[in-house]
Amino acid sequence: MHGDDWNETVEIAADVATGVSRREFLQLAGAGLFIFFATDPMAAFQEPSRLPGRPSYPTDFNAYLRIAGDGRVSCFVGKVELGQGSKTALAQLVAEELDVSFDSVDMVMGDTDLCPWDMGTFGSLTIRQFGPVLRAAAAEARAVLLQMAAENLQLPSAEHLRVKDGVVTYAQDEHKSVSYAKLVEGKRIERHLEKVPAKPVSAFTVIGKAPRRKDALDKVTGKARYAADMTPPGTLHARILRPPAHGATLKELDTAAAEKVPGARVIRDGEMIAVLHEQPDIADRALGLIRARFEPPQPSEDDRTIFDHLLKAAPPLQMVDEKGNLAEGEKLATLVVEETYLNSYVAHAAMETHSAVAAIEGGKLTVWASTQTPFSVRQQLAQAAGFAPENVRVITPYVGGGFGGKSASRQAMEAARLAKITGKPVQVVWDRAEEFFYDTFRPAAVVKIRSGLDDAGKLLLWDYRVYCAGDREARPFYDIPHQRTQSSGGWGGDNPPGLHPFAVGPWRAPSVNTNTFARESHIDTLASKMGRDPLEFRLSHLSDPRMRGVLLAATGQFGWKPAPAPSGRGFGLACAIYSGTYVATVAEVAVDKSTGNVDVKRVVCAQDQGVTVNPDGSRQQMEGSITMGLGYALAEEVRFKDGAVLDRNFDTYQIPRFSWLPRIETILIENRETPASGCGEPPIVTTGAVVANAIFDATGARLRQLPMTPARLKAALLRG
Amino acid sequence: MRRSISFTLNGKPVQLTVDDDRMLLWVLRYDLGLTGTKFGCGTALCGSCTVIVDDEAMRSCVTAVKEIAGKQVLTIEGLSREGRLHPIQEAFLNHHAFQCGYCTPGMIVNAYALLLKKAHPTREEIIRHLDDNLCRCGSHTRIVDAILEAAGSTKGGA
Repeated sequence: MHGDDWNETVEIAADVATGVSRREFLQLAGAGLFIFFATDPMAAFQEPSRLPGRPSYPTDFNAYLRIAGDGRVSCFVGKVELGQGSKTALAQLVAEELDVSFDSVDMVMGDTDLCPWDMGTFGSLTIRQFGPVLRAAAAEARAVLLQMAAENLQLPSAEHLRVKDGVVTYAQDEHKSVSYAKLVEGKRIERHLEKVPAKPVSAFTVIGKAPRRKDALDKVTGKARYAADMTPPGTLHARILRPPAHGATLKELDTAAAEKVPGARVIRDGEMIAVLHEQPDIADRALGLIRARFEPPQPSEDDRTIFDHLLKAAPPLQMVDEKGNLAEGEKLATLVVEETYLNSYVAHAAMETHSAVAAIEGGKLTVWASTQTPFSVRQQLAQAAGFAPENVRVITPYVGGGFGGKSASRQAMEAARLAKITGKPVQVVWDRAEEFFYDTFRPAAVVKIRSGLDDAGKLLLWDYRVYCAGDREARPFYDIPHQRTQSSGGWGGDNPPGLHPFAVGPWRAPSVNTNTFARESHIDTLASKMGRDPLEFRLSHLSDPRMRGVLLAATGQFGWKPAPAPSGRGFGLACAIYSGTYVATVAEVAVDKSTGNVDVKRVVCAQDQGVTVNPDGSRQQMEGSITMGLGYALAEEVRFKDGAVLDRNFDTYQIPRFSWLPRIETILIENRETPASGCGEPPIVTTGAVVANAIFDATGARLRQLPMTPARLKAALLRG
Repeated sequence: MRRSISFTLNGKPVQLTVDDDRMLLWVLRYDLGLTGTKFGCGTALCGSCTVIVDDEAMRSCVTAVKEIAGKQVLTIEGLSREGRLHPIQEAFLNHHAFQCGYCTPGMIVNAYALLLKKAHPTREEIIRHLDDNLCRCGSHTRIVDAILEAAGSTKGGA
């Protein structure tokens, strides 16, 4: 059935690619609409570190859109569908601006041959940053199509033309009408339209609705294909020998027994030792027969000693922001409070492990990969396997969760190298232990805060130092006259060697989980010391109307009654800004003081993300963020020692389960004045602090280390 | 031991000559091309590989092929009949009870097993039954709502 299976795959792939090869596609693109952007849509988002020659979004909208003879619209984007609903939301943007039906839009995503360049899918930027690019492209296409329609219908101008479902009609005479499909077919047009405005919010008919997700039917029927579901004919499955610890060196190797397994092949390529077989489980069995002796690395940190090490090894603090004068703040303060907050390494633990299939044909390398960054992976593959980048194609099928962890794609390099050596398609699917071992964890981090209040309870001093988490959203949004924010190290690749015992990287809302946990916990500490209600204390230091808005919305729905903590009720509050979005969360917990168990009973979360593209999709992301956040708040912590990762599966590494679930209520603030901002991550940043604050309210115990395990809670209760 | 194994898969007879110690997950995915059943942990900890064997939910990653000889196996691919989705699939669709979709086949199949045993489970019974099926995206509340709807149970349960 392998062959049939593959044929089906090929059909799906061809269908997804709208049945055209790269060359045909380029010809089609050349023959279709041909319009140029006048402005650089990336300009507003360019980072200061942007290198010259770095690619950017194409200015020719034909790169994104193609209207077929049957009227179906194919939309090509370098973004990928990780579960966050971008396939649906981006199709809504196109349908809105082109005035075609949502159902007529087919999304082609994350294919480096068919789709225009994209930096990757992360940071809640798909709608916030790429959305305007795609809308502008579709708006310009629509304007040109209207011009073409006017000419086709022999009208003096496009002024009285209306479009519905891809059919252009003259308002004064309904018999005069022509479809986009008919207009585009067989024509070559080169037009340049400048500054075509996207639709105003008031005209939206598709944006703001919640149509059925584009991926829904595939996903409930098992037809959705992920990288590991791709098996070209002749595919070999590779299992790779892994060291027991980071830094361990191979001293002895005996592969004889593995090689005796019928059909198994052992390959050594540099440091990589792989067993390949037509069946993945037989390859795995053969891998188990390899006898290897590794020399352990030098003893190094474990999950208890790591925090002292981080403080010692962290690079010098960098200034993030400074206002007023700290010395002046110190002078005015009558109460100074210092606290240190810690969080452990946390794994991404997507349900789909890193997977890739590499196939080489006619000098071209094609890799199906579970990745958040297909275009970066193409570059890396070109280097790793020795191909010119234009001879590498990365295809991203559905990705089974990313959360930042699939920004790194080592498995794709492994598959490509082995495909090159064997001359056969090679599939690499990591098992759960490999997934933990090579994960780019959320870094362990330390935050030190020194703050001061005057007698009236006015917060006027804020000295904030974050080590190893990164500086995103480290600066407080509270009104504090004398403040300084400094940061050292982060989740990116620029840490000094040896700072972390393994790879770290972006984890859903990088930096911001750590910074929000520290800031919002500390704010609660201050409110409590002043005997003030946590909501009232926050509001007295907040002038930003959007932040006040989400706080009042969340607490209003929750039924917040003012009381200083600890009130014994188990109510907590936290707020944050991430990716331009404002979020406030209220939680109710019940604490079992004898076991240290925390039951999160109810969470109310209000979010102001500007214009909402898809309210149901937004709520899914909010619910997902809150649920996932319970993991890092209460249980998730990677244990390790001397380079070995001790958590290797879900028996010891506990992620949230059905039985953990609170009642979750989400509120989307209606805000049609602000452009759509990010919504894939924001609430997760508040989960740590909101649970910590609720535990404090319940018990009077302040937990300053994530995760807040039963053991840590019991220890804190004993300390009193 | 390599031998001929017969069983019923999604209502159709299947005969395979395989090493009967191999786990059903791999045989389904790579010998039979049914990729809807997913690998997640390999040690029956996550539920992504759940299938139905003789009306019981089983973790196919730890179920050897020899254990299913002569039995009825149902996978996510076998749930819809004549192009019509099973009511549980319909409910997952209506509630958008998935995000990345990777755990979804295991969730739906395990919910199917629950409803075979108990047509109208309470919310608490659903939570207990599915507690060892992991979802990283956080679709849990929607999954429970979808199953309640598919079962025609009154919302809220006990």
